[in-house]
Amino acid sequence: MADALLVDLSRLQFALTALYHFLFVPLTLGLSILIAMMETVYVMTRRTIWRDMTKFWGVLFGINFALGVATGITMEFQFGMNWAYYSHYVGDVFGAPLAIEGLMAFFLEATFVGLFFFGWDRLSPRAHMIVTWLMALGTNFSALWILIANGWMQNPVGSAFNPDTMRMEVTDFMAVIFNPVAQAKFVHTVSAGYVCASTFVLGVSAWYLLRGRHVQLAKRSFVIASAFGLASALSVIVLGDESGYALTDNQKMKLAAIEAMWETEPAPASFTAFGIPSQTDHETRFAIRIPWVMGIIGTRSLDKQIAGIDELVAHAQARIRNGIVAYDALEKIKADRNDSAARAVFDASSKDLGYALLLKRYLPDPRQASEQQIKDAAWSTVPYVPLLFFGFRLMVACGFVLAALFALSLWHTSRESEAPRWLFRAALIAMPLPWIAVEVGWFVAEFGRQPWIIDGVLPTFLATSELGVSELLLTIAGFTLVYGVLAVIEVRLMLAAIRKGPEVAQVIDDLRPGAGPALHPAE
Amino acid sequence: MIEFLFQYETLRVIWWVLLGVLLIGFAATDGFDMGVGALLPFVAKTDAERRVAINTIGPVWEGNQVWFILGGGAIFAAWPALYAVSFSGFYLAMFLVLLALIMRPVGFKYRSKRPDPAWRTRWDWALFVGGAVPALIFGVAVGNTLQGVPFHFTPDLRPVYEGSLFGLLNPLALYCGLVSLAMLVTHGAAWLTFKAEGMVAKRAGQIGAKAAVLTALLFAGGGVLVWLGLLGGYRVTSPIVWDGPSNPLVKTVVADRGAWLANFHAHPLLWIVPALGVAAPLLAAAGFKARLEGWTFIASKLGVVTIIATVGLAMFPILLPSSSNPGHSLAVFDTSSSRATLRNMLIATVIFMPLILAYTAWVYRVLWGKVGEKSIEKAGSSAY
Repeated sequence: MADALLVDLSRLQFALTALYHFLFVPLTLGLSILIAMMETVYVMTRRTIWRDMTKFWGVLFGINFALGVATGITMEFQFGMNWAYYSHYVGDVFGAPLAIEGLMAFFLEATFVGLFFFGWDRLSPRAHMIVTWLMALGTNFSALWILIANGWMQNPVGSAFNPDTMRMEVTDFMAVIFNPVAQAKFVHTVSAGYVCASTFVLGVSAWYLLRGRHVQLAKRSFVIASAFGLASALSVIVLGDESGYALTDNQKMKLAAIEAMWETEPAPASFTAFGIPSQTDHETRFAIRIPWVMGIIGTRSLDKQIAGIDELVAHAQARIRNGIVAYDALEKIKADRNDSAARAVFDASSKDLGYALLLKRYLPDPRQASEQQIKDAAWSTVPYVPLLFFGFRLMVACGFVLAALFALSLWHTSRESEAPRWLFRAALIAMPLPWIAVEVGWFVAEFGRQPWIIDGVLPTFLATSELGVSELLLTIAGFTLVYGVLAVIEVRLMLAAIRKGPEVAQVIDDLRPGAGPALHPAE
Repeated sequence: MIEFLFQYETLRVIWWVLLGVLLIGFAATDGFDMGVGALLPFVAKTDAERRVAINTIGPVWEGNQVWFILGGGAIFAAWPALYAVSFSGFYLAMFLVLLALIMRPVGFKYRSKRPDPAWRTRWDWALFVGGAVPALIFGVAVGNTLQGVPFHFTPDLRPVYEGSLFGLLNPLALYCGLVSLAMLVTHGAAWLTFKAEGMVAKRAGQIGAKAAVLTALLFAGGGVLVWLGLLGGYRVTSPIVWDGPSNPLVKTVVADRGAWLANFHAHPLLWIVPALGVAAPLLAAAGFKARLEGWTFIASKLGVVTIIATVGLAMFPILLPSSSNPGHSLAVFDTSSSRATLRNMLIATVIFMPLILAYTAWVYRVLWGKVGEKSIEKAGSSAY
């Protein structure tokens, strides 16, 4: 087993690289769709302003896309680099969606993104629009497959442990693909990406409108962003991925931790709007509770109970005991591959094998565990409640503020009179909110999965590579440095491009809609 | 037919072939992008020339790179233990490759966004590193793979790597790195003569002719090293169970200096492949001299294909030998995913690969034609 510092550093590195990657991905997801919609309007109306909008937002898309690709390269390989035991243990199931992501999504988006930028003079408007849509489709397919992989980590369906190969193997691939957790996560995450892009377009357009620059382009962009943004924000809220939280013990635990529900309440449970949860005392101080709401959100019913932390810990304890039986049978199989009695015992108990592995934090052989160690291991299934409790509330607050902003924007743009300046200022100030929400959302989903790397199957602390702490420190420092420099460059280029705005050619074309070929914007 | 295809042993061999196809696909497409990066300071002196070189690959390098990403994903899915052992074992080498590759997407996109010459020069160096460093290190990795790397598994099949970065950078492995670098520089030069105009194409032709001869010589020299037994050789000594469970602890393997030639001795027809590995770069060299741009590129591509295929054929059925515990080596018959996963992945590949090849071919056709200083000026800000 690897030492604790190595595990912490491996997790830190994954969190840093994934959170950084996820600064760029949501904007790519949404902006590709927005651009494709703008270009579609151009092809349908042939009004060149819409082509200029496509090109302008396309420049910003490109600056963002480059870093998404650059940081995505790291993601594909660091499972093998930092999480070698994980890779061996679940590659049979987890690797397939990643490979299909490459086949179905990456090739599509990467092949057509080149043509999007270089194909303006080589393709008819209709063909170019199709290229843009294929690029947008590719980015969104990519989200689908990576979330199928991630969904399996949260709810490992369609698979079983094979004692002959000492790893998880797929038993029902369709169950992995149609995993309800994965489907809910996909809708939730791409909608969040659309919200990011809508907020971005809304904010940049508001900045132009405040200064009276590029008004025609900014007005149209503002309308399309507020409409798409409102639809997406409602989708994020209504189709939040909480719907999957009733499915597994770990998902239930995550839900209980998010709500700081230390004990099971009679249905329908109340919702704790605010409070200060204490991990050591297992209680929430200064709680403000709203009756019924939690039960309705969590179970979509009035009569189903939501399990509290105490109840789930007791359940984990029982699964640990059964897991020890599985572990013992597995050791017997390893000693004698033909021990059919041991295989029968293993088959009956193998679904709890992962729970016995939790004990490896305390001693090498789970079969020797003391009562206290079993109790400790059961309590180790509770993630750190205060961070989840506040993180979740922060995310939800951002979501509601954004939904309100989009609704107001849309309402004002549908009226004859000019929208008020305070609304533009609000749109500008709101720009960081969706990024806060998606980063915190990632944190709640993945930190809330702890101590598991695969829910109920493999604890995180067992999953790393056998590396030295110095190697981890070196790569963390290296990635931080390079990513940091690139972030500064990216933001400066983005700001410069926004300041420069859409090129002069657009103004001329705008005076005579549908006229002649576009002037080529100068570098 | 389907039944035969979906037998475990057939699936394993198919996925060994597909592993080769992916690596070759990567080297044959993104290989010329890396070659152009490595050649950038040498074939293009002025800013306008640099932009010509960069814009020959500007629209296509991104799709080409997906072969690399897909290679990672497919190894993860089809050969999980290989993915686990190789990337955690080659840890710092892989880290260097990632840092170098990260430079490319941003380098291409950001370089010409500002007119400042210092800014552009810095990105040109980043693109040089992004091309040359991976080209070298991938060869070093192949060199280590041939020699065997020190690793073992615990009884729980937890992989433990025992070597260091400096162990990976041994002289013989670096030699293989040079083979790879020369091969991809040749390929990049062939692309530039085919796709660029003016001085860039001319200089690429001159360098390419030399690099192609060097590739042939270095590759033949690698063959001598293998024949002398200096570049490894491992042989499976226990009976091979082709449809057994994927557990690398139940076979025996010995280090055997002549073993990498055994497949060629057993099937003499296979000698065609390494022979082409020498002949194709020489043909490319002749093509550079004769200015047969299209043919040069095809010959260079054939060289890439046969050089990589030679390594795979020499090692079959071994994928990654362990020098410290040869019995724990990873082999085609005990490293793969389950039958179900190999089958599912094969179905996905059969569906998507023809589509990928079709639309990629369409994109190359749309972009057909030479890139010169005039065409970049004409394209304005959409060019890199």
